[in-house]
Amino acid sequence: MADSGNAPKPSSSVKLVLLGEAAVGKSSLVLRFVNNDFQENKEPTIGAAFLTQKCNLPTRTIKFEIWDTAGQERFASLAPMYYRNAQAALVVYDLTKPTSLIKAKHWVAELQRQASPGIVISLVGNKLDLTNDGAGDGGGEEGAAEDSGDARKVTTEEAKTYAEDEGLLFFETSAKTGYNVTEVFTAIANSIPETSLKTARGPNASHAPSRTEEQRVNLNGPRDSGAKDSCAC
Amino acid sequence: MADEIAPEYDVVVLGTGLTECILSGVLSVKGKKVLHIDRNDHYGGEASSINLEALFKKYGNYAKGTEPWKQYGRMNDWNIDLVPKFLMSSGELTNILVSTDVTRYLEFKQVAGSYVQQGDGPKATVAKVPSDAAEALRSPLMGLFEKRRMKSFIEWVGQFDVKDSATHKGLDMSTCTMREVYDKFGLEAGTKDFAGHAMALYQTDAYLDIKGGAPEAVERLKLYGNSVARYGKSPYIYPLYGLGELPQGFARLSAIYGGTYMLNTSVDELVFEDGKAVGIKATMTGIEPEMKFETRAKTILGDPSYFPDKVTVVGHVLRAICILKHPLANTNDSDSCQIIIPQSQVGRKNDIYVACVSSAHNVCPKGYWIAIVSTIAETSANHHLELAPGIERLGRIEEQFMGPPIPLYEPITDGTKDNIFISKSYDPSSHFETTTDDVRDIYSRIAGEELKVEGLREGIQVAAE
Repeated sequence: MADSGNAPKPSSSVKLVLLGEAAVGKSSLVLRFVNNDFQENKEPTIGAAFLTQKCNLPTRTIKFEIWDTAGQERFASLAPMYYRNAQAALVVYDLTKPTSLIKAKHWVAELQRQASPGIVISLVGNKLDLTNDGAGDGGGEEGAAEDSGDARKVTTEEAKTYAEDEGLLFFETSAKTGYNVTEVFTAIANSIPETSLKTARGPNASHAPSRTEEQRVNLNGPRDSGAKDSCAC
Repeated sequence: MADEIAPEYDVVVLGTGLTECILSGVLSVKGKKVLHIDRNDHYGGEASSINLEALFKKYGNYAKGTEPWKQYGRMNDWNIDLVPKFLMSSGELTNILVSTDVTRYLEFKQVAGSYVQQGDGPKATVAKVPSDAAEALRSPLMGLFEKRRMKSFIEWVGQFDVKDSATHKGLDMSTCTMREVYDKFGLEAGTKDFAGHAMALYQTDAYLDIKGGAPEAVERLKLYGNSVARYGKSPYIYPLYGLGELPQGFARLSAIYGGTYMLNTSVDELVFEDGKAVGIKATMTGIEPEMKFETRAKTILGDPSYFPDKVTVVGHVLRAICILKHPLANTNDSDSCQIIIPQSQVGRKNDIYVACVSSAHNVCPKGYWIAIVSTIAETSANHHLELAPGIERLGRIEEQFMGPPIPLYEPITDGTKDNIFISKSYDPSSHFETTTDDVRDIYSRIAGEELKVEGLREGIQVAAE
């Protein structure tokens, strides 16, 4: 879906954090969402820690600022800064690895403890391409069904029930085939309450920054222009 | 888990204070393989920001069984700095933040004002430090004629170039003292005091008589002027949620470039071979079961608390952290400010600093201010009396936290022999310029080259960005 180019819609930035056990595909999901790309046997996250992607909704544009853990979750050493002001979180587990769901539940609890109360959390079971369900949806080229090698170890029912109990969005995805990936982000964008968006709407609000906003300083000055403007959803 | 720790790292860093985190970040960006450890369960070490409950528990100034912090709102809303400092908006830390893009993780606000005290006791006045020639002309700190002299002095500082003798007013900068410069402009003692202490930010008067010391003093005045000019109100900026965000930001930078982070990890032993440190034995706790591991390191660096035998005490800082429900008097109801009380105004050898921030910086709930009074200890007892002129500026105090004098450590050796590079304690200056000096110094000893801040991340940006 391309930008329709009509009157500019209100646009707001949303900080989204990724959480989940190592190697469940956190970075791959983001890479699929931002670049529509997938890398087999990707190295553990290095270097990609701050990606942005716009999500166009009918009435507004959400610009996701996506924070990767940068590996700091490995020894339980994520800084409070990571959760600070996050408005959305993607908690990822691996459908073929039950322990990763346990870990995901731990992260959900951590978010409920540390993050802002209004945060939108989406539970995402990744690697659907390794299950029988994933074969058809992924375009069939994976051939996972042929040897009936269904590697699924976490049922949809189990994860879904948990997500409903905790009030989380829930998706099963494949970063490899791209199945359901943009849907996750669109659903998050739609779930962010308008009242919690940073950019105030309406002619008055946008021209009258509050006293506190006015005192914020931009150290980067004109350097700060590197945001990606492409559209994926 | 232990198998995720490599058998060898280029650098093992101990302690997650700001100095250590900047070095980790920079060294990781430069391609070094870094393992960064802290014995605490949080980032920042001595330079962290903690909540009020943690502060009460740290100082222990409450009756057992009571929970006095409960009357102060949500604990998550409190981020109280243990070391009071601001960033000079045109200073070196700002440069490093920008060149490393760590600015992406932080938001800054101006500190609303920089003030200086003249006089003592009931006669003391507090006034804004003039930042440019126009402000000098309006300042109540000087009489009519002195204002004009100060105006021409500030204008001269602005165009001073150490390499251009035409700007030197006929003085020989290689031997000239700052006292001689002040005298050349006929400045009065009170004016020298606020120029030297509240603008050049010297903490004692020793700078006045250093032969050839004038250019440095003028550069410091320039840094002050440039920093004020950048955003307007004061030379200082401050990160939302407190100074503890700074080490976290640099730790994240390091992690992005492959640095491995372990909190809750104590160093059991430094491993030496032929007098050189070559590795550590450590234990990570807070997990079941606790994890013991050993790794080698080409270089080990850390804060003084990890190397008690290799540091010496060079002085003591006195510090009182105070919770207020009002802004400081005579500061135009500022949400934040610094007040410098120059030593000679109150009969001391070292200045007293008051640093104040508030809910405007997301460091406390609405309606509160946090003021920290500090100075260098000059006596061996009655330390509260040394801080008294600063405490007097605060008015009614809800809670006050003051412990014994805090020792300032420096390494005994430069690390080239034993392969251990140790940072200095955070000094009582009001800004981070000495911290970044220490970063540069340690970096050059480790890397054998000067740290070039400009364009640090250029050319090594990863594709995904």
